[in-house]
Amino acid sequence: MKFDTPATTNPIDQLKVIGKPTDRIDGPLKTTGTAPYAYERHDAVDNPAYGYVVGAGIAKGRIAAMDLAKAKAAPGVLAIVTADTAGKLQKGNFNTANLLGGPEIEHYHQAIAVVVAETFEQARAAAALIKVRYTKTPGQYDLEAVRKDAPPAEKGKNDVKIGDFAGAFAQAAVTLDATYRTPDHAHAMMEPHASTAQWDGDKLTVWTSNQMIAWGAGDVAKTLGIPKDKVRLISPYIGGGFGGKLFVRADALLAALGSKAANRPVKVALTRPFMFNNTTHRPATIQRIRIGATKDGTITAIGHETWSGDLPEGGPETAAEQTKLLYAGANRLMATKLAVLDLPEGNAMRAPGEAPGLMALEIAMDEMAEKLGIDPIKFRVLNDTQVDPAKPERLFSQRQLIKCLETGADTFGWSKRKAPGTARDGQWLTGMGVAAAFRNNIVMKSAARVKLDAKGVVTVETDMTDIGTGTYTIIAQTAAEMMGVPLDKVVVKLGDSTFPVSAGSGGQWGANSSTAGVYAACVKLREAVATSAGIDPTKAVFANGRVRSGNKSVALGDAVGVNGLVAEDLIEFGDLGKKYQQSTFGGHFVEVGVHAATGEIRIRRMLAVCAAGRILNPKSARSQVIGAMTMGAGAALMEELAVDKRHGFFVNHDLAGYEVPVHADIPHQEVIFLDETDPMSSPMKAKGVGELGICGVGAAVANAIYNATGIRVREYPITLDKLLDRLPEVV
Amino acid sequence: MRAFTYQRAASPAEAAAAALKTPGAKFIAGGTNLLDLMKLEIETPPHLIDVNGLGLDKIEPTKGGGLRIGALVRNTDLAADAKVRKDYAVLSRALLAGASGQLRNKATTAGNLLQRTRCPYFYDTNQACNKRLPGSGCSAIGGISRQHAVVGASTACIATHPSDMAVAMRLLDAKVETVRPNGQTRVIPIADFHRLPGTTPHIETSLQPGEFITAVTLPKPIGGTHIYTKVRDRASYAFALVSVAAVIQTDGTGRIALGGVAHKPWRVEAAEKELPRGAKAVSAKLFANAVPTPENRFKLTLAERTLAAALLEAKG
Amino acid sequence: MDDASDPDFNRRDVLVGTTASFALTGGGTAAAQPIAVSAPVVSKVAFRVNGKDQVLDLDLRTTLLDALREHLNLTGTKKGCDHGQCGACTVIVDGRRINACLSLAVMHEGDEITTIEGLGTPTDLHPMQAAFVKHDGYQCGYCTPGQICSAVAVLDEIKAGIPSHVTRDLTGTVELSPAEIRERMSGNICRCGAYSNIIDAIEDVAGVA
Repeated sequence: MKFDTPATTNPIDQLKVIGKPTDRIDGPLKTTGTAPYAYERHDAVDNPAYGYVVGAGIAKGRIAAMDLAKAKAAPGVLAIVTADTAGKLQKGNFNTANLLGGPEIEHYHQAIAVVVAETFEQARAAAALIKVRYTKTPGQYDLEAVRKDAPPAEKGKNDVKIGDFAGAFAQAAVTLDATYRTPDHAHAMMEPHASTAQWDGDKLTVWTSNQMIAWGAGDVAKTLGIPKDKVRLISPYIGGGFGGKLFVRADALLAALGSKAANRPVKVALTRPFMFNNTTHRPATIQRIRIGATKDGTITAIGHETWSGDLPEGGPETAAEQTKLLYAGANRLMATKLAVLDLPEGNAMRAPGEAPGLMALEIAMDEMAEKLGIDPIKFRVLNDTQVDPAKPERLFSQRQLIKCLETGADTFGWSKRKAPGTARDGQWLTGMGVAAAFRNNIVMKSAARVKLDAKGVVTVETDMTDIGTGTYTIIAQTAAEMMGVPLDKVVVKLGDSTFPVSAGSGGQWGANSSTAGVYAACVKLREAVATSAGIDPTKAVFANGRVRSGNKSVALGDAVGVNGLVAEDLIEFGDLGKKYQQSTFGGHFVEVGVHAATGEIRIRRMLAVCAAGRILNPKSARSQVIGAMTMGAGAALMEELAVDKRHGFFVNHDLAGYEVPVHADIPHQEVIFLDETDPMSSPMKAKGVGELGICGVGAAVANAIYNATGIRVREYPITLDKLLDRLPEVV
Repeated sequence: MRAFTYQRAASPAEAAAAALKTPGAKFIAGGTNLLDLMKLEIETPPHLIDVNGLGLDKIEPTKGGGLRIGALVRNTDLAADAKVRKDYAVLSRALLAGASGQLRNKATTAGNLLQRTRCPYFYDTNQACNKRLPGSGCSAIGGISRQHAVVGASTACIATHPSDMAVAMRLLDAKVETVRPNGQTRVIPIADFHRLPGTTPHIETSLQPGEFITAVTLPKPIGGTHIYTKVRDRASYAFALVSVAAVIQTDGTGRIALGGVAHKPWRVEAAEKELPRGAKAVSAKLFANAVPTPENRFKLTLAERTLAAALLEAKG
Repeated sequence: MDDASDPDFNRRDVLVGTTASFALTGGGTAAAQPIAVSAPVVSKVAFRVNGKDQVLDLDLRTTLLDALREHLNLTGTKKGCDHGQCGACTVIVDGRRINACLSLAVMHEGDEITTIEGLGTPTDLHPMQAAFVKHDGYQCGYCTPGQICSAVAVLDEIKAGIPSHVTRDLTGTVELSPAEIRERMSGNICRCGAYSNIIDAIEDVAGVA
């Protein structure tokens, strides 16, 4: 099905199942520990051996010598694979550094060997016996140091120059020119990257933890140099990803290589202390923002330049993207620079670009509002744009940013906000902050297969993944709505590369695109079922487990007969995304307390108001948003991969050193979804929320801290040491 | 993790003797720090002596009006003990500020005293660390050092002691009771128990080879207002940037000990004499010889301000 | 000497002989002897898991977590960090929650162990499991069994009057408040960020919601 004209009324609009806050259908499995993750496939794989990965001890250089003798002789060892013995490997399409390093070392903890043994304990002990001698070469690990020479990313093709930014900024009555810094962030999903691999002749099956099954199967095949149809990836449950499992990582490759070498199924999980430098991370940014406005607060010039670094052939953190679309302003400059750094590979993490971009932009807007003496919400409202500022003829499909902010202000009690540094609750300085949330709505081709059996049970198969997003449930809701059956008559099977290729989980495109793919398949199935029941498909009504038209009504199971019926289709998107700018919007509201003596920062209240198209399941969508708010709180207050600029690695590479929020950091969170349907997005009229929820949170926290203390911090995370010297005397 | 042999000890003396017999052997009680380090081969004991069955899990009154805390009393039980809560609240508070509920259920009194540093370079076997590999150097110096010591450190090591409990023990003048492999017992004042790094940061305590902690005793209660303020970025389940243990009497005198600033719980008795003159004066004496790094200089300000807040709190 | 390229520095056999090893055995002598890698030592251990007696022959190095996951196929207990830093491996041993990753299986001889599988099944959920479903107290599901085991134990701890970091009056009774629950649950990290819903679920079971 090609989606190239705005959606009109369709069966989804019945909202009998869609739009209900349904409990997740995978809940009973997850809460009882019976949902199997990649390392736990006792049900599928007999007698696996255990692989343990050895990582490079330097950031850049060469392996001069590697002595495997002791490790090979260690008890239980079945095989050791290194770059020397792995055979020819190609780099996957989605990898920047090789997953198996050697002799060249591209980054710290790059995998250089896998030791396969009978038991986990034996593999781990043997891995420690591998002796490596390195020749170190100098690397560049300091973004600040290479910033000034960093060239435009992708030759500047995504940069924006509209009007005369420099001139307008120079002439503006009120200006801000400030630089903001966000550090490297770790996904730190709870399930470490893990894979179980098994060869059957030349066929490879990998039970893994991966957000994008088709990309993954393709890259496993490419890396190993085998046909894609010989690779099967299975990933029904994924213990979190946040972008960190978009791509095949060392666990999958080394499980496959180890399995081949040991002639046994092999399972490999990356250890937690290894993950931070071995896998990908969200790159640090330096962002310069310049805003010029008239005295009444109309933005006349807006400039956002951003610098980040990555390994050679890597990509930038596109932190200036949202600034192209979020606010009006006749004269515009957006530029993205990319330096080469020899730190571990930078890549996508939840709302890449916008998450760090809004951490900066939305402080800048707060600073600017203050300079202008205008309420920060009013300042944003004043500079709202209903068109793409670069192409004024291009409208937003939906844009309710103002309503998000105003609804939030009313709900949160924004009017009670006091002047900076003047509100106090005992030992705590208190303050409120706001930020706009913005994230584009991307649509991706997505296919599904739907079966209806003689018992009237609908089974959906698609290689879509559920990374905690609630995919199982919204797909079941979609199929139930389309086929007119209750939810418990729907079976959803996900995450298998033998299923039709879906959008996968990334870029907050998963929910809308994958359910639209299921919609398309169900449309086809409805036609087939109606025809089989002798009913005109154009007049068929699917409800209560039956298909009917006029006086004729047939139970679905009877309609399809003993063999059932199967339909497969995909949703493809035309150019509605070009004609209309599709984005999601929100407003984040945060209240913090800052301890007057110690500077400790604690979040007291959080509210997000989101406008993101039709909300398919308000319960799981709300969870997406509160989870993103939590991650945003972490980015604001504690998360930072600390770079050792001498040795080129992230020093705090475990969950004690890389602090993410715990229960005690997070108050009760409120989420409001504005009533919205977006007929430009898909037949589902839905958009994503999983990334919108993190966009702007950090700045809302930062702005609340400013409101509480009068101290402006432009370098994340905002930790107490950055406030301490400017806090009031302890009396 | 290296392979090891394992025995369950039948008595403290037997445990101590067994430890001496196998060089590098370790006692294991809660295991929450030892196993963590063994997995990374930072600890590589060839032999483990399980001391959990020794019955050292009681909290009893001493003749002097104090408390004897068995070495194996779990952190949860010590924090929840009615006498500790009433008379040694600073100890209860310190324990409850540390780790997580799960860890406190396993971690023991002796094991907590013997926790090793959380310095990330100590934890990464690719990096130089004099504590882990004497003579290899200290990567934390000139590296990432926000968490590290500001006082009492050396050119060999700037690690901190991670324990909260030990800070309160130091404040309360606890004594460590031990038995040696020859069966002799001794009592080590807590002030002499933990060492500064000097040139031998790998030697962290005054325990002799095989020497086994049987109990920690507390002198009789000293009254006063008990405060334990732990400052950290995360609201819970994090090591201290700075912690302040204080017992303040109604006349303004009292005791102060700090965590998160040194290789051992940091108490300077001379500084306590300055208490009537306020936090600044106390802090000046506590940190007279401080050598912070650029990254952790803030701890000096933080400690003073946290102390000031604690003194305010004590006034009520 | 902090140059990681120094060849000696990365030769693990150098580390072997001289790794400082002083915790309980004291610091008087500078180093343990270099230790030859010996074959794993296997030991028998017997304990009860979810009401069922289990006898296992295990490499002594096997943690309780790996004994459950790899030997008893009880994979509901998760390995999130293997270092006591996340709480995904929380199980209840003799009535108390612990991190199964930081405990050797052999040290649990005779213990009564309850894992997530022992609390309920998909068709017969424990009230805490049902409350997590009702309040959407999970997303990816990986920390969830640990959160639930912890939550069950937390309510017992509060009932037993065990204080926490946020208990105002150490000599008074411990109240059942959101702040108390949050502090006590802080050893269970949820990166998906379901905290707000988890607290709602626990309060629901505790009867305070």
